[in-house]
Order: sequence, then structure tokens, then C-alpha cells
Amino acid sequence: MSAFNAISDDHEHDRNEYTPGVEPQPTWCPGCGDFGVLKALKGAAAELGLSPEEMLVCTGIGCSGKLNSYFDSYGFHTIHGRSLPVARAAKLANPGLTVVAAGGDGDGYGIGGNHFAHSARENHDMTYIVFNNEIFGLTKGQTSPTSPKGHKSKTQPHGSAKDPIRPLSQSLTAGASYIARTAAVNPNQAKEIIVEAIEHDGFSHIDFLTQCPTWNKDAKQYVPYIDINDSEDYEFDNTDRTEASEMMYETETVLHEGTVLTGRYYVDEERPSYGQEKRAIGEMPEEPLAERYFDDDYEWERVYDTFLDRHK
Amino acid sequence: MTTDELIWRIAGGSGDGIASTSQNFAKALMRSGLHVFTHRHYPSRIRGGHTYTEVRVSAEPVRSRGDGYNFLLALGDSFARNPQENAYYGNEETKPLTENLDDLDDGGVIVYDSGLLDTDDIPNFDERAAEHGWHVYDIDLRTIAREHGREVMRNTAGVAVTCAIADIEPEVIKSLMDDTMPEKVFEPNMSVFDDAYEAVHDSFDADAPDISVPSGDHDEEQVLISGSDAIAYGALDEGCRFIAGYPMTPWTEVFTIMSQNLPEVGGISEQVEDEIAAAALAIGASHAGVKAMSGSSGGGFALMSEPLGLAEMTETPVVLIEAMRAGPSTGMPTKTEQGDLEHVLYTSQGDSHRVVFAPADAEEAYRQTRRAFQIAYEYQIPSIVLYDQKNGGELRNVPASVFDEEPNPDLGSVITEAELEDAPHDPSGKYNRFQHDPGSDVSPRSLPGQTGGRYLATGNEHMEAGHISESPANRVNQVNRRMSKMETIRKELDGDDGERNVHYGPAEADHGIMTFGSQQGTAAEAVDRLNEEGHSAKLLGVSELAPYPVDEVTEFVESVDEVLVVEMNASAQFRGLTQKELGRYGEKLSSLLKYNGNPFEPGEIVDGFVTSIVEDGTIPGHETKFVPATGD
Repeated sequence: MSAFNAISDDHEHDRNEYTPGVEPQPTWCPGCGDFGVLKALKGAAAELGLSPEEMLVCTGIGCSGKLNSYFDSYGFHTIHGRSLPVARAAKLANPGLTVVAAGGDGDGYGIGGNHFAHSARENHDMTYIVFNNEIFGLTKGQTSPTSPKGHKSKTQPHGSAKDPIRPLSQSLTAGASYIARTAAVNPNQAKEIIVEAIEHDGFSHIDFLTQCPTWNKDAKQYVPYIDINDSEDYEFDNTDRTEASEMMYETETVLHEGTVLTGRYYVDEERPSYGQEKRAIGEMPEEPLAERYFDDDYEWERVYDTFLDRHK
Repeated sequence: MTTDELIWRIAGGSGDGIASTSQNFAKALMRSGLHVFTHRHYPSRIRGGHTYTEVRVSAEPVRSRGDGYNFLLALGDSFARNPQENAYYGNEETKPLTENLDDLDDGGVIVYDSGLLDTDDIPNFDERAAEHGWHVYDIDLRTIAREHGREVMRNTAGVAVTCAIADIEPEVIKSLMDDTMPEKVFEPNMSVFDDAYEAVHDSFDADAPDISVPSGDHDEEQVLISGSDAIAYGALDEGCRFIAGYPMTPWTEVFTIMSQNLPEVGGISEQVEDEIAAAALAIGASHAGVKAMSGSSGGGFALMSEPLGLAEMTETPVVLIEAMRAGPSTGMPTKTEQGDLEHVLYTSQGDSHRVVFAPADAEEAYRQTRRAFQIAYEYQIPSIVLYDQKNGGELRNVPASVFDEEPNPDLGSVITEAELEDAPHDPSGKYNRFQHDPGSDVSPRSLPGQTGGRYLATGNEHMEAGHISESPANRVNQVNRRMSKMETIRKELDGDDGERNVHYGPAEADHGIMTFGSQQGTAAEAVDRLNEEGHSAKLLGVSELAPYPVDEVTEFVESVDEVLVVEMNASAQFRGLTQKELGRYGEKLSSLLKYNGNPFEPGEIVDGFVTSIVEDGTIPGHETKFVPATGD
């Protein structure tokens, strides 16, 4: 008998179930790309038949961090850059949960960059959505790790001297096993990609282009976009690391020249997830650890019986 | 020289097997019925450098290092850097002798490996030996080891020589080696042992020093345990099945013990990218319903500051361990200090509220780690166990029965799915996980995956169901509720059976000594000596640092004329905390401080007490510092 029955719930779920009954209206600016993420996530969760209560959505800080204020599920709004380590551990503690982490480009590629690299490397079975608007929004328009070179802001008055981060390339190098880019202006593709990402057994990274109409007026609205998996102009095998890598590099480069490329860049279905690896070496129990604390029949080990002899 | 106890110091370089040899020596003597206590001194390097371990052995219980020592086994540093004139590090080859002579008691024994060391290289060695009445044995331990096995077996040769001189029955050592060594290693070691043992009898029968290890008998079975072992075992018995960490001396010991043991009990250990992640993982696992811990030493704990505040704000139970070493910054990684007290009490932004226990020794570490988990999970608050390189690493014998306790996997204040059906929810269907209940500070938490329990945990200020809010009325309610836990916990701790804050010495004594954490045992020995010498002193060793035991400490301070606060840091942090919490008595509290990387010896506290309280003045020739009370 499970103590977590939302996980085994197999009812159908309507997308409206993920809309909070109180204050459903986000505080994001009109025209903000974040609405697109919220809508796509609701659509994906409904399509996957996920109960709001088997989902844990962990967010960082910033406009994107409010995602779980407007998406009705279990939520953990953490601190800046730290959604991934909280999310990872929750998944290890109770693998039955569907765990989604989300944050902005500063959150994920800047302050939390270390966690991004290591979570991808370890291939945790979870989905990471990065709201990439190429700017710091909530703190009012500073240059971010994905802002283009030369980007002027109050903190970079002479234009940024730095080349932007290459999030897709970084993700591939670090070890993510599902890597996609989508855009808020492309809701159907976005929903499909989130569905695939959640279904994928491993670390799924979605770089989600979310236009910021308030602080990044110079930036394009990410239209027109091209789906590289559909376009005849781009042919590559997204299960091949080398081809994926080249496609990513081009995508990251041409974004700042006005060409918005999106799609599935890398998919590795063979690589075991971290949980599988950990179980294979005997360092993670088969049954969810969180269930054990509710199992009245479990005989908890005593140090006195288990470990003390070596000290005698 | 005292003959009722042996204080044996084995010295060499890092990588020479000093730690394992001393551990086996201590365990063998414990098995023979004696009480043992070890003190480790080592540098922050893999190979070479001045390293020693002291093993204090007595028929009576021992709870501190002694003053000096009476038996030196100098093995030579196999990895010493070449002696170079004017090098900052001096002549490393001779350090196993030179660095250890100042502390050796008059009439003490020196055994050195003449295969690696030559007393002609030591300035004035013969004169000093004559002056102090040292018994010097030069034995080529290296050659004996090479004859039968490998060079590293000179440790065995040195132990054999120790047995021959100090009258330790060889079988005591041999049976332990038999238990711990594979056959093919054991056999040559036995040959080395026998040859070295005979070498002493053949050469030096006429000049036997007046030293022999006492005999003793334990009432019950003993185990040789370090503070780090005890912290890990406390966590395991409390049902902790998740740890996340990043290596850092001296915290690494607890992390290692947990990582090696958790798979055996179906738990999970995660070595992660940094300490921010480590603390965040512990929070994530606990949030999902698993008892979890993390920890570090000073620098790594600094990285945990923000997650620590997140745990306070989201009311996520978590236990963090802080193993102090000498700071600031990288400081002295392998040397002990108690300089992180204020760090753990106050780090992280905003009004902090957390529980901090500082156990004195292994037995307290086991019990207090368990209590830290109970409080954390019952009150949904971070608990910190604060210790240091000294009590983390020192080994001592403890009755096995201390650990004969039942496990406690209770998750504390959580709600079940059945209870959620009748629990208050907000109009959107979210569970009011942070509700204001006038009768209780704590709202039971739901866990992700439970039907009917969804809510938002957030580091922002929030309303009952977790929704972010900056409403002044809600803010005050939530702050008051979270902060009031500290008073409730204080009351609960006051009702506990047994002492976490240890009172020692005659209740009617005129003078007080106060310590926190690891200095308690040494101060207790000092109190015994002071009273034997005609002074009037008693000790209060405080373990509960937050919430602070104001009433208990006030009563203690009121009961004496003056209090000497003994701690290992330069800024008198524990005295400062005590004055802040008590709000008075500044004129009664003076400080005895030590911050050279080594723990107090009992004699230093005796001298510091006599100087400061009885005579008033400075303490010439000591490595300690006296700071008078306010207004003095």
C-alpha cells in the first residue's frame, strides 16, 4: 500500500486542473513569453495524464520562478540558481514523482551553472526548462549570460564585452540525454517537446525562448521560427552527437543574426538514467525511500546490530 | 613521571601508517581492559610532514589528552623533503624527534628508528636526554622490518619495542593483528614483532625505565569510537537514509562513514558538485519525505548559508553537521579550533532560527545527533551539530551498551493522506500547510505525491497555503509562528531526562569554569586537579547553544564568584554568546583562549584558572591567552 496515492492515480486530467482556483492570473507583463511556458506545461501535463499531486515543480528566482505560483501542483520555489539540486534529491527520494525544474537563463546558466552541468552529467530522470529571454527581467533589464555580445544595459553601459553562453552545446557536453529548444511563440511544438522531455528517462533540457517585451525590446519576438526537424533546409541526425553538436553551434550563432532555429537537437534513449545507474551498483533501493517511512512492517536497522562489531 | 598511565606518542610522517597503527594499539589495549583516549596531530598533506598520534592509556576512565606524554616512538618520516638550509619547513627528516622533545616528560622513554634517524643530527640531544632523565633506545626498526617483510612493518617493530619496554603482554597486540590482517601479511608481521621484542630484551635489560602499562578490567563490553563515528551512528539510528556532501577536512570523516554504511541499509549518499548543492539536496530529499542530512567544515558551511535560510523559511527539516577547523578562510585545515560558533548561529540573511548542539565527546555526539534529528523533524527547523577536528577524530572507549538503542524512523510532523481529507485547505484546494494554529507553532507538512496535500513551498514570505504574500499582517503572523518554535523547543529540552549540559565538580564550589563542545573533558580533568590542589572549582560544559539554556547558565553563574570561559578561538565567541543571552554578568566572565591549532591540555586550564581567578595576571610561557572580565 502506497502512502502516495496521487502517484498511482490513473485518472484523466484536464488542463484546467493545473490552473489555481485562487489568483490564476500571473503577474507577468502582457506579451511575456512566460505565458507560453505555462500554457505548454499545462497542455503537456494533461496529455500525459499527470495528477497535479504527482508533480513536483521546482523553480528558481526571477519571473520564471513564479511558474509554480500559477501552475497548481506540488511546488518548491527555491533560491536563485538552486532548483536543480532540490529537484534531483526529491526525485531520488521518491522516484515515483514527476519532477520538473524551471528557471531563467541567469538562474540556470549563470548562478546555477555548476548545478546545470552536474545534473546533466548525472542524467537525473527529470525535466529542466530554462526560460531564456536573454536578459535579467525581474531585476529590471540587466545583461544576462545569454545576452548577445555588445548588449547595452544599465550594468553594461558600453555594451557587453562577453560572448553569450551556448546553452545547447554546453548541455550536450555536460551529458544531457534529451536537448531541445523551443519558443513561446510556438505553443504546439513547445507542448510536444515538454511531453517528450517528461517521458524521457534521463535529464531533459529545454532551452525555452521567452521574449521579454518590457526589458528586451530590442530582441526579436523569436518569429519567424524554423523547426529544424521539419525544415528541409536542415538535415541532421539528432541521435548523433557530432551532428547534433554542429546543429547546436549553428543555432546558437544565428540566433543573434535574426534566425530562430528550434526543435529536438539531441536524443539519447540508450543512456541509463542516474537512478538506474545508482541502483545497478547497489547504492539506491528498488523501492522508493519515501515509502519506507510509512511502512509499518519495515524493520529498521540498528547500528548496534549492524555496524558496532568493527569497533570491538 | 607518572607510572599509573602510559601516554604513548607515535610520530612520523603522513603516509607512514601512524593513524592505523595507533588505532590498532589503542584497540588492543582497550580489549585488554584498559581505558584509552587518542589525540591526533597531522599536517594538510598526503605524504610526509610532522604527524603524531598520542594514545593515553589508564586503568581509570580518560576523557582528555594529558599534559605532555611519557613515551615517544619516533619512526622517521619516509616522505620528508630534503633538508635545505633556511627552508621554512626546517629539517623534516629529524622532526619525529625534534618536534616532540619539548612535550616529553622527565624520565620518559624515547624509542627511535636508527635506520632513519640519527641523534647526532639533533642539537644537544645527549645533554637534553641526560638533563631530563630520558631513557633512549636506538633500534634499527627499518632493518628488522626489511628482513621479514616490507619497510612499512617498522610500525609493528615499534609497537613490539613498546610492549617490551612498557610491559605489555605481546598477545594483546598479536591477537588484534591476527583479527585485522590477512594471513600473508600477518605472518611476516609476527616475525618482525618477535625480532624487535627480543632486540629490546637482548640489549637493554639493565636499564629498564620505571614505566609499565597498568592492568585494568572493564565492567562491560567496550567499543573504540570517534566523534565522527558517533555522529554518523546517531543519524543512522534516527532513520537518516540520505546524505549529500562534498569532501572537506575534517567533515569528510562523517561523510565517509555515512557513504560506506548507507548502501547496507538501503540509503542514498550523494557526493555532489559543491556545498550549496549538498545542502539543497538534503532539503530536497527531506521535502520529499526522507530523513536527510548534509554538512561540511567552515568554508563549505559558508556555501550552505542560503540553503540553510531556505530550510528555515520553508520549514523543511534538515540536519547539518559542522566540523570546525582553524580559520578564517582555508586557515589550518587539519588543526582544531572552535571559531565557527557565531558562523553557525547567525549565518544566512534575516532572523535566523535554528537548533545548535555542540556535543563534547563520542557518547554525547551519538545522543545529541539523534536529538537534533528529532527536533528538526518535529519542529520543521534546521538542526546543526557543531563539533571540531578534535572530538571528531579522537578515539576513545565507550561502553557498547551506549548504542543499544532502538531506531527511530519517525518523520515527525507530517500529515497522512487520510488526515488530509479533513485538514483545512484554501479555496483553490491547496492544503494550508503553513496555517496559524494558536495551540501549536507547527503545521504538519504534506509530502509531494500525497493526494490532497499540494501546496507551494517558497523562500518568499507566504500565506497559509504557501502563496507568496507581502501582507504585513500575514508577515507578522508567520514570523511569530516560526520564531516561537525556539521557545517551545527550549521548554521541550528543559524537560529531557539526563544532561546535555554537563555539571561537574562540587556544587558548592566558589569558582566556575565554562566550556562548550569538545573542551569539556579536558576542563573536567582540570577541575579534578584544581580541587585536589585545594582550589574550589566546578564546571559547566554547555552543549545546547541554540536555543540557549539561559536559566541553567544563569543559575550556574549566580552560584559562583567568577567564571572562566575556556574556548578554542581568539575572539571569545562563547563568552560573547553567554553574555548576550544572559544580558548581564559581563563583570563575572573572563576568558581563557587558545588558537594555535592544538587543543587545551588539562594543565593549561589549571594554570589559566590559578592565574586568572586566584592570582590575576598573565600566563607566561603558555600558548593560551587570558582576557579579563569587562571592567577588570
